[in-house]
Amino acid sequence: MKNTVSLSLHVPAPKCRPGDAADFSSVTLEEAGAAPRPEPNVPAKDTHELAYRLIRVLDDQGQAQGPWNPRLDIDTLKRGLKAMILTRVFDERMYRAQRQGKTSFYMKCTGEEAIACAQAMVLSREDMCFPTYRQQGLLITRGYPLAMMMNQIYSNAADPIKGRQLPIMYSSKEFGFFTISGNLGTQYPQAVGWAMASAYKGDDKIAAAWIGDGATAEGDFHNALTFAAVYRAPVILNLVNNQWAISSFMGIAGGEETTFAAKGIAYGLPTLRVDGNDFLAVHAATQWAYERARSNLGATLIEFYTYRAAQHSTSDDPARYRPADEWEHWPLGDPIKRLALHLTALGHWSEAEHAEAEKEAIEQVKAAAKESEAIGTLGQSTPSTKEMFEDVFKEPDWRLREQRQEVGV
Amino acid sequence: MTDVMTKPAAQASATSGQTAGMNMIQALNSGLDVMMERDPRVLTFGEDVGYFGGVFRVSDGLQKKYGLTRCFDAPIAEGGLAAAAIGMGVYGLRPVLEIQFADYIYPAYDQLVSEAAKIRYRSGGEFTVPIVVRSPYGGGIFGGQTHSQSPESLFTHIAGLKTVIPSNPYDAKGLLIAAIEDDDPVVIFEPKRIYNGPFDGHHERAVTPWTGHPLAEVPTGHYTVPLGKARIAREGSDCTILAYGTMVWVAIAAAEDTGIDAEVIDLRSLVPVDIETIEASVKKTGRCVIAHEAPRTSGFGAELSALVQERCFYHLEAPIERVTGWDTPYPHAHEWDYFPGPARVGEALKRAMTGGR
Repeated sequence: MKNTVSLSLHVPAPKCRPGDAADFSSVTLEEAGAAPRPEPNVPAKDTHELAYRLIRVLDDQGQAQGPWNPRLDIDTLKRGLKAMILTRVFDERMYRAQRQGKTSFYMKCTGEEAIACAQAMVLSREDMCFPTYRQQGLLITRGYPLAMMMNQIYSNAADPIKGRQLPIMYSSKEFGFFTISGNLGTQYPQAVGWAMASAYKGDDKIAAAWIGDGATAEGDFHNALTFAAVYRAPVILNLVNNQWAISSFMGIAGGEETTFAAKGIAYGLPTLRVDGNDFLAVHAATQWAYERARSNLGATLIEFYTYRAAQHSTSDDPARYRPADEWEHWPLGDPIKRLALHLTALGHWSEAEHAEAEKEAIEQVKAAAKESEAIGTLGQSTPSTKEMFEDVFKEPDWRLREQRQEVGV
Repeated sequence: MTDVMTKPAAQASATSGQTAGMNMIQALNSGLDVMMERDPRVLTFGEDVGYFGGVFRVSDGLQKKYGLTRCFDAPIAEGGLAAAAIGMGVYGLRPVLEIQFADYIYPAYDQLVSEAAKIRYRSGGEFTVPIVVRSPYGGGIFGGQTHSQSPESLFTHIAGLKTVIPSNPYDAKGLLIAAIEDDDPVVIFEPKRIYNGPFDGHHERAVTPWTGHPLAEVPTGHYTVPLGKARIAREGSDCTILAYGTMVWVAIAAAEDTGIDAEVIDLRSLVPVDIETIEASVKKTGRCVIAHEAPRTSGFGAELSALVQERCFYHLEAPIERVTGWDTPYPHAHEWDYFPGPARVGEALKRAMTGGR
């Protein structure tokens, strides 16, 4: 016993802190096109190698490579690119709106647009999405009115959820977008329950859920994987590894010695690990999981490896815990630039077209802002106070009726 | 002084004249059976619920009758169970989830409190969670700390949840059906000590089965006991006792033992509570004793006491009394020192009758 060392507690820490040079040298990227593509109906274990690899389609020259190339037509590619551009422009506008005091809070998805935008194009609007707060791209790609998103952000009289939630906690049954919870991870096992219900009914709809790397530490993540595997639920379990949970790097969530995709292996789920900044790879992996789920083969766990270029929220300042320019060194780059490069390489995009698309997006967002701000920004216009007492239950009970009277509404 | 053991016909709707003698387990089983037969959206699941029929046998025979997908076993993960039920409810099913013991409900608490209870509200009424969570609760079975707790006040405090507790087979089935048909999440705590008979707290006496009891004569078909309506379990004029679950029977025993003509109100629904019945009774008797098994501090009795005080203060002739479990974890060896039995309820009744301590 005398020869043993004293025990020491390991607390993971990122390689770089403010003031350090950004360092992604430990990130090994395999070549675009290198990862094999098993058929969507293979046994789960035949995918497990992919939990430690990285499915990539777009190479540095903007060429689509390998078996995961979804071979999308030009119109689809342009639609995807424009959806990502619109999402980014929307984010920038609403971020400014928060800084201008028009609302209390905002969260951007900068650098992560490919994930929600590509996935929205694979899933049908009847499939139910159980998102986190960084999948605004789902709504935008599905054509949800931008002014309605702003009405929610401003908690104004036209807010579809009646001023009850923090900005960006959208909800739209019509657009297959489940009400966002601020409690992390809760939606993940709920999506599995929804998928179980769809299977129970013999329906043809699937569920899709999103979670961040940080929230995979929640019990809800593990419950979801257990239930999804046990009941072979038709659900796509998306795991957006943007490497940062507010100020905690992914090592704090358990990502230091393994990949997040690999967490699915022990549950017996098929697992894919995907370049989250590669629109084509995201699309292809989602299509793979979609086909699998629709063939009664159950859930797939997909880790999308990306980088949270934005602050966690408008209440956050990442320069206090990571190098301010880290995003510029992130080797998987910018999903918008990468898809634009691809379209350019195909001869179907140009700088002029890009500038035009950005201009169109800015105009579209501006018009929506005009419409929404005419109703009012936060505090200028509010839903009726009476609404505060509605929707607690289908019918208010005596307590709610009395309390409403007490308020005098 | 009359025992009101007959069914409150005015408050219930039965579709069939057929009845059968049932204990509370059989009544709950019948409630599930009736609803699964009528409504394909109704399914039930939980730990040991499927093939085995539940550790208390509430789902006995349902898997055989309705098939694997409508009554099935679930992983030991109450948080996952609750979340799965929520997802199913959002989809449009009416899942009935069993949490094997109320003592195990805490891992599901976040899903029930932050999610099930809030989804209608936070989505502006777009998404709803019509689920039922059933869970055996309460003491008197030598279950120790992990099989005896009464966590109802952790749920009654939550905006957006309804909480009900039956005290007999007739109400158990009627409340269960009403809960399944309700469009919002309902938590049903089932007093497991009286699953098999109306235990009055005299643990030294022989166990009484439900056999032959008027409230164990249960319609075999569909009927409901509406949520939010109390039952006068014993009419009386001297003092009101507010109780639910097993404590209804303890309260009746205390009235009989002391000879004090207490009016025992069986709340049945804690949220929403039947304030009219409470108010009418306390204004009539001018005195109020509240009895529950859960610990006193912040127990549902605190809410009841405040409501009675706010609404009946000028009719009260004595301080409101609370008889509850102690503010300790539920003990094993000292179960009968902890359990608020008829002697303690009787003492509280006497204090209430003499105007104070």
